[in-house]
Amino acid sequence: MSKLTLTQAINAGLRKSMEEDPKVILMGEDIGTLGGVFRVTDGLMKDFGSHRVIDTPLAESAIIGTAVGLAYRGFRPVCEIQFDGFIYPAFDQIVSQVAKLHMRTHGQVRMPLTIRVPFGGGIGSPEHHSESPEGYFVHTSGLRVISVSNPQDAYTMLRQAIKCDDPVLFFEPKRRYHTKGEVDLDADLSRAPAMGASRVVSAGTDVTLVTYGPLVPTALDAARAAADEGISIEVIDLRSLSPLDYGPIEESVRRTGRLVVTHEASQTLGLGAEIVAGITERCFNYLEAAPVRVTGFDIPYPPSKLEKHHLPDLDRMLDGVDRVLGRPNSASGL
Amino acid sequence: MLDEQADPGALNQTGIHQLISPDGHAVVDEELSPFVEDVDDAAILGLYSDMVAIRRIDSEATALQRQGQLALWPPMLGQEASQVGSLRALAVEDFIFPTYRENGVAYLRGASLAGIMSTWRGSANTGWDPHAINLATPQIIIGAQTLHATGYAMGLVLEGKDDVSIAYLGDGATSQGDVHESMVFAASFQAPVIFFCQNNHWAISEPVGLQAHAPIAGRAPGYGIPGMRVDGNDVLAVLAATRWAVARARSGGGPSFIEAVTYRMGAHTTADDPTRYRGVTELEEWGAKDPIARVKALLQSRGLLDADGEAAVTARANAVAAELREGTITMGDPAPMSVFENVYTEEHAILDRQREHYGRYLAGFTPADGTKLEGSLS
Repeated sequence: MSKLTLTQAINAGLRKSMEEDPKVILMGEDIGTLGGVFRVTDGLMKDFGSHRVIDTPLAESAIIGTAVGLAYRGFRPVCEIQFDGFIYPAFDQIVSQVAKLHMRTHGQVRMPLTIRVPFGGGIGSPEHHSESPEGYFVHTSGLRVISVSNPQDAYTMLRQAIKCDDPVLFFEPKRRYHTKGEVDLDADLSRAPAMGASRVVSAGTDVTLVTYGPLVPTALDAARAAADEGISIEVIDLRSLSPLDYGPIEESVRRTGRLVVTHEASQTLGLGAEIVAGITERCFNYLEAAPVRVTGFDIPYPPSKLEKHHLPDLDRMLDGVDRVLGRPNSASGL
Repeated sequence: MLDEQADPGALNQTGIHQLISPDGHAVVDEELSPFVEDVDDAAILGLYSDMVAIRRIDSEATALQRQGQLALWPPMLGQEASQVGSLRALAVEDFIFPTYRENGVAYLRGASLAGIMSTWRGSANTGWDPHAINLATPQIIIGAQTLHATGYAMGLVLEGKDDVSIAYLGDGATSQGDVHESMVFAASFQAPVIFFCQNNHWAISEPVGLQAHAPIAGRAPGYGIPGMRVDGNDVLAVLAATRWAVARARSGGGPSFIEAVTYRMGAHTTADDPTRYRGVTELEEWGAKDPIARVKALLQSRGLLDADGEAAVTARANAVAAELREGTITMGDPAPMSVFENVYTEEHAILDRQREHYGRYLAGFTPADGTKLEGSLS
């Protein structure tokens, strides 16, 4: 086991994947000589060469579009989109090409792209650097979407994503980049949890709290705080946003009868909406209260001095827990 | 190579390379003639036969659309020389990224006629295996395929191969960001890609003058890519220009841009009505520059096309049309449950659940004669 930060774990996952498969190449802005603006690709150009770690011109649509052509040729491109808010110029290539080519060609052309996206807020950045665009891609058939919350998952799931023959959007919680954790670099990938599997990260009996990516540590903090008041929260880390793995959530809600979903992305048509609908369909008779969403507001991402009001934090999560429990100290009716 | 003063509408043909004049006379072009020195009379006859065959595909498909057998058809009438000349300059290993209008290219590359028609009938997403014939599926998003061709060519560089890729695009596509980004990437990585732009003068109802105020090929040098303007209705000139670009790409010279100046004689698609936006004068003017008529005149002037020769060309075209018609009208409908196929390469819990539910739903419908609907589960 090694103690690694999230960035180091991703770096190790890239390195391992490149060692295992010569067709794995990295593409993106500033990923080579600089090692990426977050240093995720630090040292990889030096070790693998500029033919495998490619600094591209500044054009996101072209990064993805040329990766499509490289995939036609048999490569497995791993593309870095420098910041969440920079992905939109590539949206057409992702949605109209990457997601559809396997079906368009009756399965004869595969698009094993991995698109890495640092996402989410909480780092005091200017506009376009703190967004949570995952919902757009979850809504798009043909893509798989995952988001990691800890170094071990980052290492393992990135390798799984790169090996996957479907295109994968890999959302990295940038405010957790420096979080450290134990990583088993030699773990047998075939014995790891499936890339599409969600996981209970803290067991509980009163409320099921579902989240992913940057808010997993916050949700765990909330569970600890609630325990002080005698409330037992079960926290589920989705890990896979598309497809959603309802199994652990269903199992949990059948016990707790109460569901709270929390994410940074805005509320309308977000993952919370989908999960609440999916669980209501599957577990209606088990629900003791209407499910609750604790999310970013339906606003463009605010200036960083205001982001603490936009982002769900421990207190807002607990407020949601109070609401789903019908506790009188619930502060909001949202 | 490029006349900056030329009219983007190209009604003024200055600065456009040509090897066969519209009235069927051979023209010498210092730059292009050397690329077709090996093209003998038999080869020219072959190009003529190709063009007649794909014009026949066009008329047959248009008729089938009018008869309700195809949902839509994008005519290629008038662009036969551009499609034939460019395709015949490529080796089978070279990878083609076409638009939706390169159906003549697809046929000549080896796609089955029924396969080509299956997408226009609405029966299938593709009519061929792209890897089997090195031909991508028709691209409908304007300009998107230029990035795919560029990326493919970047892959060729990484592998040290001397194959090339070619992206077909139209004059309308040259306004798309993807095309410009393609040229940036192609130049940066010296990718062996050919941008083959058919300036057919119309993007549905928008004239080329709306896309460009100077010759389109003139944009390429700004990216460090040589551009060439060629008479797109001259099959020999198109063949030569594409060979020029292929030779550059194979020898490590990087990307090239060809503007084939041609004209879309038909509608944008069978759903379009060009009488709403263009007049007959223009059509008559371009009709006089017909790509097939000029080669026929050249062949006849050399005594290379007698009645038997013409009959053989016609017989091939008729056989192609018959095969196309038969393949189209006998095409079966896809199975209902196939809507779920190939969205993913591996299992997907959400879609699998939808598939199961829909299968059970369909199974609930039992026709009066007791037969089960195709694709239903039980």
